[in-house]
Amino acid sequence: MKGHRTASRGPGISRRKFLRVAGGAAAVGGLGFPTVLRAQQAPIRVGHLTPRTGFLAPLGEYAVMGARLAVDEFNEKGGVLGRKVELITEDSQNPGVAKQKVIKLIEKDKVDVLIGEISSASGLAISEEAQRYKVVYINTGFNTDEARGARCQRYMFHVEGANTMYTKTIGRWLIREKKISRWYFLTADYAFGHDLYRVSSRFLKENGGVNLGNEMIPTNTPDYSGYILKLKAVKPDLVYINLAGVDQTTFLKQYRDAGAPFELAGGVMDTQPFWAAGIDALSGHWQSLWYHELKAQGSPEFTAAFRKRYGKPPENQAWGEYVGTRILLQAIQASKSTKSADLVRYLESGVSFDILKGRRGTFRPWDHQLLQEMYVVKVKDKAKMKDQWDIFEIVEAVPKQNESLELIQPTREENPCTMPAI
Amino acid sequence: MVPLSALILLEHLANGIVVAAYYVMLALGLSIIFGMIGVINLAHGAFFALGAYAALVLKGAIGFAPALVISPILVAVLGMAIEALFLRPLYRGDPLLGLLFTFGLAMVMEQIIRIIWGAAGLPFDAPEALRGAVRMGEFAYSRYRLFMLGGAVASILGLWLFLEKTRFGTIIRAGSRDGEMVRLLGIGLKPVFTAVFGIGIALAAVAGVLTAPLAGVHPAMGTDVGTAAFVVVTIGGLGSFWGSVLAGLLVGEIVSLSILLWPPAAQASMYLLMAVVLLVRPRGLLGERWEKFE
Repeated sequence: MKGHRTASRGPGISRRKFLRVAGGAAAVGGLGFPTVLRAQQAPIRVGHLTPRTGFLAPLGEYAVMGARLAVDEFNEKGGVLGRKVELITEDSQNPGVAKQKVIKLIEKDKVDVLIGEISSASGLAISEEAQRYKVVYINTGFNTDEARGARCQRYMFHVEGANTMYTKTIGRWLIREKKISRWYFLTADYAFGHDLYRVSSRFLKENGGVNLGNEMIPTNTPDYSGYILKLKAVKPDLVYINLAGVDQTTFLKQYRDAGAPFELAGGVMDTQPFWAAGIDALSGHWQSLWYHELKAQGSPEFTAAFRKRYGKPPENQAWGEYVGTRILLQAIQASKSTKSADLVRYLESGVSFDILKGRRGTFRPWDHQLLQEMYVVKVKDKAKMKDQWDIFEIVEAVPKQNESLELIQPTREENPCTMPAI
Repeated sequence: MVPLSALILLEHLANGIVVAAYYVMLALGLSIIFGMIGVINLAHGAFFALGAYAALVLKGAIGFAPALVISPILVAVLGMAIEALFLRPLYRGDPLLGLLFTFGLAMVMEQIIRIIWGAAGLPFDAPEALRGAVRMGEFAYSRYRLFMLGGAVASILGLWLFLEKTRFGTIIRAGSRDGEMVRLLGIGLKPVFTAVFGIGIALAAVAGVLTAPLAGVHPAMGTDVGTAAFVVVTIGGLGSFWGSVLAGLLVGEIVSLSILLWPPAAQASMYLLMAVVLLVRPRGLLGERWEKFE
């Protein structure tokens, strides 16, 4: 009978094995695969890190498209210093993997410069390695003030806006419209969110508003119904969301249907999560780093080239990579060098760059933040949309033409940085 | 902070039931596939996502309600074809082969979704009639979530009636417990395996379609789904129908209450529950002693 018993187990798997194996599989699921996008001979190598998996992956996709477009445009014009430019893109996934990938890009691929990232947690990890290996790194997508302040690096430059810039841009509009009132915050529970909550709650307090509370929410939360029930009980005047990526989409969609009447504003706005939420889930005024309907010099051309190649307009993350890559390659061209120290000196020299906005951009020498305009945008009337991408009207540039670009920046006192030596 | 009152507690408990509906549907699909075939379907989340994407395409042509029915059928047919072509030859080998296959399948499917529909998320709107909130005095609740609860309860009851009241359901239940005995009675299990795989996949796809209007669709939307389903099945007891239902309810409530009372635990609470259950009852809450699992 023993033989029969064995046979009757059939295709089975024991309970213990089930648990052990499924646990292991869940761990393995975190690994991914690199992509080499272009390979040429004796090229200038640009190492590009961006999340291709997880809640920021939809933004990462635009990052890849933007960087690729910029590199191809340079190569069509004969490259840089007579050399082709090669783009090597890696999925940065999370801070641990990002650290491994940046070391791999530097040691194995021998990249000349680094660009990218969206997650603040991963970005801080990358910048430490860039500093250690002395390779110039342009941040195109992460916002934490800390990276421009306490953890600033000599070899890191920021095309992306800092949390304070996003906060002050919408903040000036909120003050003018007298919406500094009783606020309730929802915040992404990682480096970006923590920093943004610090900045946005400080802004509220300094301007005389009342903070009714803050909810720290894990990234990739599929269901906000519990949080929305909770905030409905608090009855704030305004709900301020410090969420990013897919989380923004999920929240916006669920907020609208839950019958919560309170006005919304937030500490960051990326267009893609708003596109994904759909116009019906959107309302109010938001801040934007760049928007594809901008009429400033160069913007319509970039939008047209991007649309032609990819069949849809560029998102602000695509702008970040496109402009960041161009700045890096222009720096190499102008300083006739790929040496990191030469590039740092050039970028710190106060030279201005065409960043497809109404005013040119310059890196602030003491914290390496790109001084630039941002925009207040308003959700468009559904009837006036040209296509599904046309969700905002641009209300105004911040700061205005006649105002200093420093107006929305963190001050030296707010965010002190001690730059390491070259 | 939030003023705690009986009403607010009640609201969160009620919301927990709606949240639970989602977990139950996912877990039941995973559970019946495992119970019958002995394969942990790691591609469960990928079929969940595919169901949502298929509905996105279909609803443009035929509307949301028909898409809610047809998308899971299409996805289930695909699932059955995959079972018959690729999974079936692996049953005789090491049980780990099936697991590895579905693991690989999940990655391939996610990439295919990326290639066809792009990596960026796409909007998925609920039909006009289901938008907005139902108001009862002070109390307002999402109309769509109530619909979703109805859809989930209907699927769960439908599956239960099918398993309990039909001849085919009886074969499935018997085959899950002792496949050898069923075969000795002259009933071939090959088509049963395929059908069960299809039903499990269809449940995942229904959950995907029902979830899409809450968050839109994106290629990685299924990534965490498999893990959550696995946790619920483990708490409820492998192969137990009502175990999955009970565990889904518990997980829904514990997630909902931890958001109200102690938000930092919102994500960890279900894993904590699983750990406690495994310590006290390693077989899961309603898990019976199945010879083939021991």
